[in-house]
Amino acid sequence: MAQPDGLLYSKEHEWLKIEGDVGTVGITDYAQNSLGDIVYVELPRVGQTIQQHGSIGVVESVKAVSDLYTPVGGEVVEVNPALEADPALVNRDAFGEGWLYKVKLADAGERDALLDPQAYDALVAEGAH
Amino acid sequence: MSTFEAGSLRRTALYDEHLALGGRMVPFGGFEMPVRYAGIFKEHDAVRTRAGLFDLSHMAQYELRGEGVAAWADALTVNNVATMKPFQARYNIFTNPRGGCHDDVIFYRLPDRWLLVVNAGNAGKMWPYLQDAATGRDDVALRSFHGSRALIAVQGPRAVEIAAPLCDVDAAAIPYYFCAEGRVDGVPALIARTGYTGEDGFELFVDGADASRLWRTLLERGAALGIEAAGLGARDVLRLEAGMPLYGFELSEEISPLAGGQGWAVKSAKAEFVGKAALEEQKRADVYDRIAGIVLDGRVPARAGYPVFANGERVGEIKSASIAPSVGNKNVATALVRKSASAVGTELGVEIRGTIHGARVAPLPFYKREKS
Repeated sequence: MAQPDGLLYSKEHEWLKIEGDVGTVGITDYAQNSLGDIVYVELPRVGQTIQQHGSIGVVESVKAVSDLYTPVGGEVVEVNPALEADPALVNRDAFGEGWLYKVKLADAGERDALLDPQAYDALVAEGAH
Repeated sequence: MSTFEAGSLRRTALYDEHLALGGRMVPFGGFEMPVRYAGIFKEHDAVRTRAGLFDLSHMAQYELRGEGVAAWADALTVNNVATMKPFQARYNIFTNPRGGCHDDVIFYRLPDRWLLVVNAGNAGKMWPYLQDAATGRDDVALRSFHGSRALIAVQGPRAVEIAAPLCDVDAAAIPYYFCAEGRVDGVPALIARTGYTGEDGFELFVDGADASRLWRTLLERGAALGIEAAGLGARDVLRLEAGMPLYGFELSEEISPLAGGQGWAVKSAKAEFVGKAALEEQKRADVYDRIAGIVLDGRVPARAGYPVFANGERVGEIKSASIAPSVGNKNVATALVRKSASAVGTELGVEIRGTIHGARVAPLPFYKREKS
């Protein structure tokens, strides 16, 4: 399962797309597939300051609650407004319409702790959760 | 499952079929079972609008023989056994002396024997319990087929169309909660008009060796009518919508049939049975906590164990919950609450991660199919 290029990945199965000093965050297709039908997403608030690897929300499927971690720290500048009415967007398009939130990066160096597509692919291939 | 021990999981005869269909396997009742294939809501929709195919071979099948079975079982359970007609099926509950539930089960009466189906998660305690209760009786013989016999359920509005033509008996004519002995796709089967989804359909009891072929035949024959393999996740949503209890949640050793909303099954006219005095006293005093259906405001899912409040006071806890696709996608749940908080319309609060969410008591079942 090839992972999209141009994104960085966390071991907690989030992806990060950096454009300038803003990063868009979502969960990976592997993550949404593991969770199954997503019925609720709890996101951070706009303006909230978040720390890298912090627990800042939850994704809930029919069967389980999963914590949402931050791949990078910074200030939340936008959350996906479509997810409140249609959380299953994350299932249908995890890398696109199902993005979760955007964060103004506090420390450009934090991205070095993340995985490139090949490294994340290897992680998924191991079946790691 | 609390009864699950790593490394000790069993597989049903259909295990390879589940893998071939992309089933996501989870431990349940000591078996590796498919929680979903295509997705819980997709499978749920198939069962409500077309048909779903379930592997329920993890449930324990016990055969009971002997002149004494009816009287013996009547003394251990709340519902009538002796009054069952040949080929009739009946829901029943084995109770403990305090009126709590050992298990909720289905009895099937056949001309020369009985079939008893118990929950997989309870088989570990039920088999020794039943054997113990039959000790010293030469008129009751028990035999377990747990794991060796398979159970395949076909459920949904197209289930009869799909399965009946495969039967060598007139399966479409079998009334609800009755069964017939015959052959399905050539293999010996007990064909029962029972289920746990709120839809019409059959439960087909066959030998494990015949299960894979029948499973494939049903999928092939049902393909044009939209049948889909459905897992335990969809089954749980379906039964919750239909107001059916799941042992360990709405019923338990501590939650009696009355408290669990199954008082209709308690036949107090019956002679002595285990827990009868306790249940009569519980009914007379009428102060017990009970299962209520509730609908939550908003979309945040409730989970088993979440606290429930009324007027700022804790009155109970959530037992089961889901988004209910057949009830306008409402956020529904069951909760065990004090009597004072159980009346339909009562305003409640459910605490979810430190925040109270509004909810109110609603009638059960949430969903009832329109009978044709």
